[in-house]
Amino acid sequence: MSTDTFTPCSACGAPLSAAQWRHHLRVCPSCGAYQPLGAHERLDLVLDENSKVELDKDLFGNDPLSFAGYSAKLASLQEKTGLTESAVTALGTIEHMPVVIGVMDSRFLMGSMGIAVGEKITRAVELAHERHLPLILFCASGGARMQEGIYSLMQMVKTSAAVADFQADGGLYISVLTHPTTGGVIASFASLGDITLAEPGALIGFTGPRVIEQTIGQRLPDGFQRSEFQMEHGFVDQIIPRSDMRATLAKLLRLHECGVSSE
Amino acid sequence: MIRDVLQELSDVEEQMPYADGQLLGQLSARRLQLLDACAHLTAEDKVFLSRHAHRPKIGAFISALFTDFFEQRGDRQGKEDPSILGGIALFHGRPVTVIGHRKGANLEENLSYNFGMPEPEGYRKALRLMRQAEKFHRPIITLIDTPGAYPGMEAESHGQGEAIASCLSQMSRLTVPVVTVITGEGNSGGALALSVADRLLMLENAYFAVLTPEGFASILWKDASKRAQACEVMKLTADDLLNFHIIDEIIREPLGGAQRNPQALYRALDEAISRNLRMLCSADGHELAAKRRQRYRQIGRSI
Repeated sequence: MSTDTFTPCSACGAPLSAAQWRHHLRVCPSCGAYQPLGAHERLDLVLDENSKVELDKDLFGNDPLSFAGYSAKLASLQEKTGLTESAVTALGTIEHMPVVIGVMDSRFLMGSMGIAVGEKITRAVELAHERHLPLILFCASGGARMQEGIYSLMQMVKTSAAVADFQADGGLYISVLTHPTTGGVIASFASLGDITLAEPGALIGFTGPRVIEQTIGQRLPDGFQRSEFQMEHGFVDQIIPRSDMRATLAKLLRLHECGVSSE
Repeated sequence: MIRDVLQELSDVEEQMPYADGQLLGQLSARRLQLLDACAHLTAEDKVFLSRHAHRPKIGAFISALFTDFFEQRGDRQGKEDPSILGGIALFHGRPVTVIGHRKGANLEENLSYNFGMPEPEGYRKALRLMRQAEKFHRPIITLIDTPGAYPGMEAESHGQGEAIASCLSQMSRLTVPVVTVITGEGNSGGALALSVADRLLMLENAYFAVLTPEGFASILWKDASKRAQACEVMKLTADDLLNFHIIDEIIREPLGGAQRNPQALYRALDEAISRNLRMLCSADGHELAAKRRQRYRQIGRSI
């Protein structure tokens, strides 16, 4: 018998062992709720086995405003998550087609974007540009990172401008919106995909629901700003279940003839 | 607080014409003390001044700096958002496109302009005007003064995030000069969306920040009343941003804020905009755009 401890689903409470959660790709088999996927889990799910080459692994953020407690917070999160920052970027292949891929991890300060994330994403875009490779970004972010102030805000321009440059040269960029994609990230690179996919039920919007409710003085309807709502309003091409993501990305790469040219 | 200083200053200045002798001497001395206090402002004081009800707004800037302004309305997709004002005008006789957030001078105006908080359609109108400026080789001048993009249901349903992202990506490629002036409060993506510029100027008491100080305090400390503390740690003043090389130039305001002597401010602003435009207008459009992207590429490169 397994000695696993059981973790309840945050939506319905169904208890699952760690192995069961992995087996179900962190989608609750009882209620269908999506639990967050760690950046490396996500990469392993999407990329061909042993194809991952992590980029800028040692690129750390700094503390440009000397914000009280921030450096210590970063250090403790690095220890807790094993990540250096809230985005991981890599080279890899999907069904033998090479891609540049970035994944944000909401466990690390809500996936917020400061200098390090902006720099990692920008370098990933530039690498895709240089090598004429498709770019795939899995977004998950509360938005700009408050502790880095104006520098975080400027990463929105930096990443958007890099994406625009890449696209103007014919680059293919697939943006995948996962829970949650909000604030400065939905208002920059996350919204600029040639193709935009979303995971089911993800919160996607510029202003968070609580602030909207405070502003308008009423409760928001169920499903507001969720993936299905965003698709209905024209901001998402398709909602793709986690189990189909790899196959869908491969199909899109083939439709762009990505496997054709010799790389 | 600067609020009390300004109140007393205006009381003193009102009394001075009717005073003489010893009283006049006392009032003059007090006035100098108060003006001296205006020269030493905290970040929170500047945030207060940037939002002052009598601070010049885009309408006043356009009347003072431009001639023949022709307003262009609508996004051509179903809506006009009056919280952004834009159009064609002459600047020293040369056609330019001018676009900025529109705040009102009173409550009624503010209600109709949504307090300068744009919806996606406002940003789409701005982009339409910018692309047109590019077509007709007009330099673009943007004026920034907003509490932020509007956090409403309709704004979200219509793609507030997408609209801002499109401004950022498309402004980064414009082949005409872009000069941005942050004239009042520059909050978050709602301000940033119109500020991807070759030259970023800022009035002395304006601020530019990742979020409103109130929002910042509420996110980080769960307490919106810690605004004063937020204003300090956010490093959002023009001096801070010049030190960070985020902005290029500070335009000095009259002591006590722009509202005390708008004419003096307009002269300084006119000089600064024309000098900066002159520097940019001789450059090749594609080089200009590449340089603009490079400018933003450098921010946080060296980590």
